[in-house]
Amino acid sequence: MSVTENQAAAGGGSARAVAILSSLGRFLVIAVTTYLGLLAVTFFIGRVIPIDPVLAVLGDRAPTAVVERTRREMGLDLPWIEQFYLYVKAALSGDFGTSVLTTNPVMTDIRRVFPATIELATLGTIIGAVIGVPLGVLAAVKRGSLIDQVARIVGLIGYSVPIFWLGLLGLVLFYAKLQWIAFPARLDVVYEYTFTPITGFYLLDAAIQGQWDVFYDAWRHIVLPAALLGYLSLAYISRMTRSFMLNELAQEYIVAARAKGLSERRIIWGHALRNAAVPMVTVIALSYANLLEGSVLTETVFSWPGIGLYITNSLQNADMNAVLGGTIAIGSVFIAINLLSDLLYRLLDPRTRVG
Amino acid sequence: MSDTLLDVDDLRVTFPTRTGLVHAVRGVSFSLGRERLGIVGESGSGKSQTGRAIMGLTPPQAEVSARKLAFDGIDLLSISPRQRRALRGNRIAMILQDPKYSLDPVMTIGRQIVETLRTHEKVSKAEARKRALAMLQAVQIRDPARVFDLYPHEVSGGMGQRAMIAMMLVTGPELMIADEPTSALDVTVQLDVLKILDKLVAERGMGLIFISHDLRLVSSFCDRVVVMYAGKVVEQIKASELRDAQHPYTRGLLNCMPRIGFERHPLPVLDRKPEWAE
Amino acid sequence: MSAETIQSRRAWLLSDRPVSRLQARLGRAYVAWRRFSANRLALVGMLIIIALLVVAAFADVLAPYSPTVGDLKNARLLPPGAAHWFGTDDLGRDIYSRIVYGARWTLYVVILVAIIAAPIGLLVGTIAGYAGGWTDTILMRITDIFLAFPKLVLALAFVAALGPGIENAVLAIAITSWPPYARIARAETLTVRNSDYIKAVQLMGASPFRIVLRHIMPLCISSLIIRVTLDMAGIILTAAGLGFLGLGAQPPLPEWGAMIASGRRFILDQWWVAAAPGAAILIVSLGFNLLGDGLRDALDPRSGDQ
Repeated sequence: MSVTENQAAAGGGSARAVAILSSLGRFLVIAVTTYLGLLAVTFFIGRVIPIDPVLAVLGDRAPTAVVERTRREMGLDLPWIEQFYLYVKAALSGDFGTSVLTTNPVMTDIRRVFPATIELATLGTIIGAVIGVPLGVLAAVKRGSLIDQVARIVGLIGYSVPIFWLGLLGLVLFYAKLQWIAFPARLDVVYEYTFTPITGFYLLDAAIQGQWDVFYDAWRHIVLPAALLGYLSLAYISRMTRSFMLNELAQEYIVAARAKGLSERRIIWGHALRNAAVPMVTVIALSYANLLEGSVLTETVFSWPGIGLYITNSLQNADMNAVLGGTIAIGSVFIAINLLSDLLYRLLDPRTRVG
Repeated sequence: MSDTLLDVDDLRVTFPTRTGLVHAVRGVSFSLGRERLGIVGESGSGKSQTGRAIMGLTPPQAEVSARKLAFDGIDLLSISPRQRRALRGNRIAMILQDPKYSLDPVMTIGRQIVETLRTHEKVSKAEARKRALAMLQAVQIRDPARVFDLYPHEVSGGMGQRAMIAMMLVTGPELMIADEPTSALDVTVQLDVLKILDKLVAERGMGLIFISHDLRLVSSFCDRVVVMYAGKVVEQIKASELRDAQHPYTRGLLNCMPRIGFERHPLPVLDRKPEWAE
Repeated sequence: MSAETIQSRRAWLLSDRPVSRLQARLGRAYVAWRRFSANRLALVGMLIIIALLVVAAFADVLAPYSPTVGDLKNARLLPPGAAHWFGTDDLGRDIYSRIVYGARWTLYVVILVAIIAAPIGLLVGTIAGYAGGWTDTILMRITDIFLAFPKLVLALAFVAALGPGIENAVLAIAITSWPPYARIARAETLTVRNSDYIKAVQLMGASPFRIVLRHIMPLCISSLIIRVTLDMAGIILTAAGLGFLGLGAQPPLPEWGAMIASGRRFILDQWWVAAAPGAAILIVSLGFNLLGDGLRDALDPRSGDQ
């Protein structure tokens, strides 16, 4: 038996290389087709559904000359497959057309607004994971207890509540009544012109520059929307943690760990959670992706100048290029996180680890 | 038996379920010195629950009671959970059935062995590693340093079970409970693993409770055999005298064992009578 | 009914050897019901949904005022009180009446989405699972691509192109919500595809079309129903979100999401205009979530984590 194992180990090198290559190939195929699928759908939405795509892009007040030029630029006289090819080519080079509303290239606008969304979603995910994971673990360990019931109700409400409504109520309570937080925006007007962002993440920028008054102000603006997104993510993360933990706690290696005389704390956090951590990473990544998407409604409520607000503002002004550009931007990040979390899963789990 | 290691008298394990109480173990009594005791029975006979009750691994919702459950003079049912835990893995150890499930899949084998050691003894990391490697050597793993850093899925079942034995023996326990330690292994490696277990138990003068459904295996490997049926002990007998077993259930089990050179048509059916469970 | 007849009926339902298909089915349903009704939260969920159905059916009787025409002169933005339980909105309409009528639109959305998306998913999934090979690969790749999209944002873009309106919102949600159903249907199909009774039907000369339709699809229904019920809450939230952004139901339809949007302007002073419809959404989604959880635990004990 040992002999065959040694042989397997010796011959494992090339087999492992093949495994890495094939999984990398698979990964690329999935990434490319998914991205092409996203572009196909936005192409369909932008070019096929509208009766006159030029009208959808320019609005109905554009002069005839501009309409004619745009029609040629969009290649609307070409067959669809060729149009799609041009569309993909433009999209890959970051060209999503020009926004009617801001008159900037859509890509420029997206670059400007995206950091605000990332900042919000990141803080939300951190809040969700920091509270959600321990809550889920406790609920699983003390299954059926009061804390399990509370976690369940908290989670169910998180699954059921319209976030924009909760945001509005939060504004009434914490902004209007208690005045704990600042009005819906990203910074007070006073700081709008005195503060120069570096990375676009205001909390980080303020901290780097040591402007703690700005940091405090930014914090007072971000805390409620981030807490709301954090609640959504907490609901999802705690529920999944509980179910993964229950699954792990029923495994034989937990019995073995008890037979070794380990403390319950060590068994729960050192063994069960370590095993649950592998799928948890995927869950947290997915929750992050969902928050990026959920930011559309939250940003609207809190006038948070991120990609969600950009999309809804553009929607109200029938600015199709901006809407679709924003959709592609969120979609791309969403797809990337989905794929990366899959990859991360493979890296973290020794059973599926290659190389 | 002057040197009694474990004394079990009237052990009962009861599970509450939606349809009422289930009595998994109903008044089991035996005592054990530094010898090898086999517990045999079908699945559901309560043999595994007996082993787990001795370890203190009965699920929390179940009720364990006994007139006496003493290890080396220590009353296991009256000591605190903390004291009980200090015994587990240190003086009383247990080997589970399938290394595929009973080893933590995301921790290297070496770390799992070291973990047992460092839970019970104050030793440095380097010292712990050295003793873990020595233990791997003792279970006849040829390249301990390599296996130390492997994950459980990277080794075969036989090697996994040897790692399990190493993990449980590294602290030098006095009593070992082996719950079907070879049932999940290939027939070809079963004997290897048993030989290793046997040798270590003999060398270290440990007591062994060997739980199995395989009467032949138990009779060839143990000094004494306890036969369980429906949560009760129906017969206790020396392994060498098994041929003369009195109880019809034991005889039934013996009859079911295939023998080379004998025609087996029709296959014998195990007789089960409700009065044996009374 | 005497105790013995109840006893014998139970025995008939729980019989190990049902004599008819009906008895077996009723027996299974009875066991599932017992498991379901032991779960108190699930019963609460069911009651909420039944209440929703009743309110939607008898909206004309239950609503004291018109949902669309208000009293602009005397009843603008009144706080909750005896005459108007939940207050009135900026057009003097009774919010309680609007919420009662809004139940109809909520049902309209979830039912339409379910009967569009579930059959698409069922069809794609069973065909992929039964055909296997390239058909399977291509169909599932498409499913996965759709699954990897952000649903709400995609629905937004769809509605932006189709034009705002509740029908278009339904269509957009349906287009983005079929992939999980396809996954489930495929998984179920794969588990039965190689079973002996499917082989038997094949030997009897049944066409693939007939096998999928008559022998495979029915088996996928129960897990699909559970999943659809669990998704209902998400559908309601998405529809409400679209309504809130002005892309779903258009005024003066009493759709709950749109009602929140119109209450947003007065949120700081007349909070009740937005509060009541939001609470209605929360309660109904909670009802669907509880019901879905209960159904899953009762019908599919494997995946239950209870």
